[in-house]
Amino acid sequence: MTASASLVAPTHESVRGRSLWQDSWARLRRNRAAVAGMVILSLIIVVCIAGPWFLPWQPDAQDLKLKAVPPGTASLVPGTSTTATHWLGTDSLGRDLLVRTLKGGRVSLMVGLIATLVALLIGVSYGATAGYVGGRTDAFMMRLVDILYALPFMIFVILLTATLGEFVEQRFGNSIYVVFAAIGAVEWLTMSRIVRAQVQSLVRQEFVEAARSLGLPSWKIIARHILPNVLGPVIVYATLTVPAVMLLEAGLSFLGLGVQPPGTSWGTLINDGAKNIETSWWMLTFPALFFSATLFCLNFAGDGLRDALDVRTAKD
Amino acid sequence: MLRFIASRLLQSAAVLLAVFTMTFFMIRLAPGDPFASEKSMNPDVKKELERQYGLNENLSVQSWKALSSYGRGDFGLSMKNQGMRNGKIIRDSFPVSLIVGAAALVVALAIGLPAGIIAAVKRNTWLDVGPMSLAMIGICLPTFVMGPILIAVFGLKWRLLNVAGWFEPTDWILPAATMGLSYAAYISRLARGGMLEVLSQDYIRTARAKGVPGWLIIIRHTLRNGLLPVAAFLGPALAGITTGSFIIEKIYNLPGLGQHFVSAVFNRDYTLILATTVLYAALLVAMNLVADIIVAWMNPRVRLSS
Repeated sequence: MTASASLVAPTHESVRGRSLWQDSWARLRRNRAAVAGMVILSLIIVVCIAGPWFLPWQPDAQDLKLKAVPPGTASLVPGTSTTATHWLGTDSLGRDLLVRTLKGGRVSLMVGLIATLVALLIGVSYGATAGYVGGRTDAFMMRLVDILYALPFMIFVILLTATLGEFVEQRFGNSIYVVFAAIGAVEWLTMSRIVRAQVQSLVRQEFVEAARSLGLPSWKIIARHILPNVLGPVIVYATLTVPAVMLLEAGLSFLGLGVQPPGTSWGTLINDGAKNIETSWWMLTFPALFFSATLFCLNFAGDGLRDALDVRTAKD
Repeated sequence: MLRFIASRLLQSAAVLLAVFTMTFFMIRLAPGDPFASEKSMNPDVKKELERQYGLNENLSVQSWKALSSYGRGDFGLSMKNQGMRNGKIIRDSFPVSLIVGAAALVVALAIGLPAGIIAAVKRNTWLDVGPMSLAMIGICLPTFVMGPILIAVFGLKWRLLNVAGWFEPTDWILPAATMGLSYAAYISRLARGGMLEVLSQDYIRTARAKGVPGWLIIIRHTLRNGLLPVAAFLGPALAGITTGSFIIEKIYNLPGLGQHFVSAVFNRDYTLILATTVLYAALLVAMNLVADIIVAWMNPRVRLSS
């Protein structure tokens, strides 16, 4: 009796269930590229947030004696007041490139995060509504998405940021909000399609039928039973939207439409660097390195998540 | 197929009308106006200018007038490029964008397709890992980083090509390469994924078991299905190449339509913004249609369900 009990107990222990999330987490951890991507990405984020506090320079402080100084050689310039080194050199106005790159990183990462959240919010609620309600409403809503897909969205982002930028700057003090809104407003389309396809297949399943016959209100069914089940694809697609959004912001800033000086983002810094490529290689190299590394990590993390959560790209 | 194309054409007309209306009201309701930057302008002069361009009329009347003149093929008078008709600006600058865009597409397909196909066939060899690592780097190097790098190497260091401008017959090479390489990266990844998916199918194994030579399996049984993802990507890629021209033309200082669009937006050149936006939209709609037809041709399932 005692012997059998002691035999049974450990087997009980070992067959304890694993949730699908734990399964996915284990798969993700085995993917070395994805883990490396996430680790490096967190490093970049931490450095961008905390770095400027430990540096003796302000991002806007100019030192006209130290214009376009190559990395690490500031103290060799005669007549400098400071003994501290500009590790990444200075830009053409004598501002420290390292602190500007980190500050610009904060802005770029924030745009990536917030614009993605905006897109997420619109896309998920729109797609979930269409998929849940179904019928004519769904057909109409999705037709609208089809039409919006055919629009030249880059042009609308440019028009939005250019036309509303001044207004928002006067009203809210910073034109960056337009960039959030404009990018979020065009990036939600794919998300809504993915969510709608998922919701549509979920609505027909028995557990939703059961919830409905128990008399649960629609919003509760959506919130408790449907949304948790579409979380996987949403997370994956959101991870892959962040680099796309950051690319869009950098492109806008490169054109002079996104972040306005004296503010910086990786896009504006790359623009500065591209102008000075002939004389000062570091002004392009370092911001571009940070930017590309971030995109690299986000793409690897997104691919890894997709494999781990076993999400197929949504097909209509 | 004809019905499919006809319904798409009808839908395209609706899209263009929507783009026209949205753009018109968006730029007109936004703060600022085309004559704002000319400081200390006499109010009477400004009034006269506004009268000349018909800006003093009711907005909906203006939009109707603009629409009907578009119907006659007249894109109006530019407000900033004085005395220039928008039609002429577009005729002068659009060929530059077109040459660069077409060349970029050729570069993207000529590099991306073979790289992806070979990577899939030679899976997990250096012919797979090498090109795919390059492709990942290519995806993470945006055109505005790749462009300056190419300029630094081919223009400034080796002095092979001009770094900016549109003077010599070789001036399209660097812009087209910059844009084409990043799309080649996407295309090679899509091609590899699609090919791998098809190569693992049973009918490929059957063909192999029957002794069909490897190259024939690839050409006859794999390519058409395997390259479907690439065909589906053609629409977005063409759109991206079109609007990507804004950045490329700025990097290389090309006198293309993208430059005109961006400066028109900065200057609130109402008529030129409208003309270029409608042109871009028409282009996109047309290219999406072409891409859809290619997909339908490659994939009978799409044809039957539509």
